[in-house]
Amino acid sequence: MLAKRIVPCLDVEAGRTVKGRRFVDLVDAGDPVDLAARYDAEGADELIFLDITASIEGRGPMERVMERVAERVFIPLTVGGGLGDVEDVERMLRAGADKVSLNTAAVRDPGLLTRAARRFGSQCVVLAVDAKRAGPGRWEVYVHGGRTPTGKDALDWIREGADRGAGEILLTSMDCDGTAGGFDLELTRAASRAVGVPVIASGGAGGPSDIADVLTLGEADAALAASIFHFGVHGIGEVKKFLRGRGIEVRP
Amino acid sequence: MIVGILDWGGGNLASVERALRRVGADTVLSADPREMERADRLVFPGVGRFGDVMEGLRARGLDRLLIDAVAGARPVLGICVGLQALFEGSSESPGTAGLGLLRGRVRRFERGKVPQIGWNRVEPAGAAADGAIAPDHYYFVNSYHADPEDESVVAGWTDYHGRFASAVAWRSVLATQFHPEKSGPAGLALLRRWLGEEP
Repeated sequence: MLAKRIVPCLDVEAGRTVKGRRFVDLVDAGDPVDLAARYDAEGADELIFLDITASIEGRGPMERVMERVAERVFIPLTVGGGLGDVEDVERMLRAGADKVSLNTAAVRDPGLLTRAARRFGSQCVVLAVDAKRAGPGRWEVYVHGGRTPTGKDALDWIREGADRGAGEILLTSMDCDGTAGGFDLELTRAASRAVGVPVIASGGAGGPSDIADVLTLGEADAALAASIFHFGVHGIGEVKKFLRGRGIEVRP
Repeated sequence: MIVGILDWGGGNLASVERALRRVGADTVLSADPREMERADRLVFPGVGRFGDVMEGLRARGLDRLLIDAVAGARPVLGICVGLQALFEGSSESPGTAGLGLLRGRVRRFERGKVPQIGWNRVEPAGAAADGAIAPDHYYFVNSYHADPEDESVVAGWTDYHGRFASAVAWRSVLATQFHPEKSGPAGLALLRRWLGEEP
C-alpha cells in the first residue's frame, strides 16, 4: 500500500533557510543543505524548498542550494517560488530538483502547466494553490504569496490544473496557515475528491494529530509542515510513530 | 568499475549519475553506443512516455546495445520506463514496440490516483530477487506498470489497489519500476548491491 508522505518545507531567502511566519519576523536558520540532510536522516519522505524572495534576489542562490542538496540527499526534491517560465523550470530540474511548484505564474499563464508537463512530464509539475475561504464550501485562489485575490474558485482551478498536466497539487489553506490549529479538512477533502492526482495538504499543522486528521478525514496523500519541524516542537520520527499508532501507513 | 548511463535523449539523468557516484561508481553518460563499450555495467533510466523512450533508444542504436549487452551477460539496470521497455509494448504508446526481451505488456493503473506518487513497499519475490531486492519502501512515480506473462521473472511485488510487478530480473538484467536514486538509504543500498555482484 502506498504510504502517506510527510514533507517538511524549507523557506529559503538568498540561499539561507529562514524561520518564522511567512515573510515576517524571519530569523536566519542556517544552511538549507544541513537542514535538508537532517530532515532526510529523521525520515522525511521528500523536501520542498520555497524561495521566498526569488523575484527580488534572482535565482542564482537557489540553484546552488539545489545542486548542493542533490549531492547529499537522495529523496525527491521540489522547488518553488518565483518560477515564471519553462526555462526557469528547466534550470531548476538541471540543478537537481525533481519537481517544480508553480503558483502565481500558472494563474497568470495556465498554458505554462501544459508546456512544462509536455516538455518534462507531469510527474515534475506541481501546482501550488493558496486558497482562502470565501463562503460555505467555497475557496478563492490568491497569488503573490497570498497578497492578491484572483476571483478564481480554488476547486475549479485545481481541476483545470490537473487537466492541464499538473501531476500533484500542493494546497495551502491561507485561513489555517501559521495558526498551528489544524489543517482545513473540508478544503483538503474537497480538493482530493475533485482530482485524480495526489494532494499535498499545507497550512495549519500544529502537531501529530493534525497531520493524522488531514491524512484520514482530509483524504490528503501527503502533509506539509514547516514550523513544527523547524522549531523542533515535534520530530519527523515522532510524527510517523504517532501516525503508525493510528493505523496510517507510513515509510519507517 | 565503470557504469555507462544511457542518454537516450530525455529525462533527468543527473540524479541517477549522482546516486551511482555516491555509492562509488565511475560513470560515463553518453548517447553513443561506442562510448558504452568500455562500461562494465549499463544503467537505462527511463522517464517519460514509453513511445518517446523507445524512439530515443532506436534513433541512437541504444536498443541494439541493450540487446547485445544481455546476450553478452553484461549487467543492465533498468529504471522506471527502463523496466517497461523490456516488454513487448505499452498501452501508453500502442503503435510502438518495446525491446521484447520479456513477454508481456505494460498497462495503465485502473484504480486509485494516477500517477502513483510516493513510497510503496516492495516484497522480494522468489529466486528472481536473489538478494538484489530487499524488502523496504521505495519511491515510485508511475501511471503504468508491466504485466509479465512469465511470473518467474518477477523479483518484487508491490500493492497499489492490487498487486503489480515492481521489479524484474532475468539473465543479466535487473529492473525496477521504482527509483532507487530517489529512495534514500534503501535505494542507495540497492545500487551498492547491484554494483557489488559479479558481472
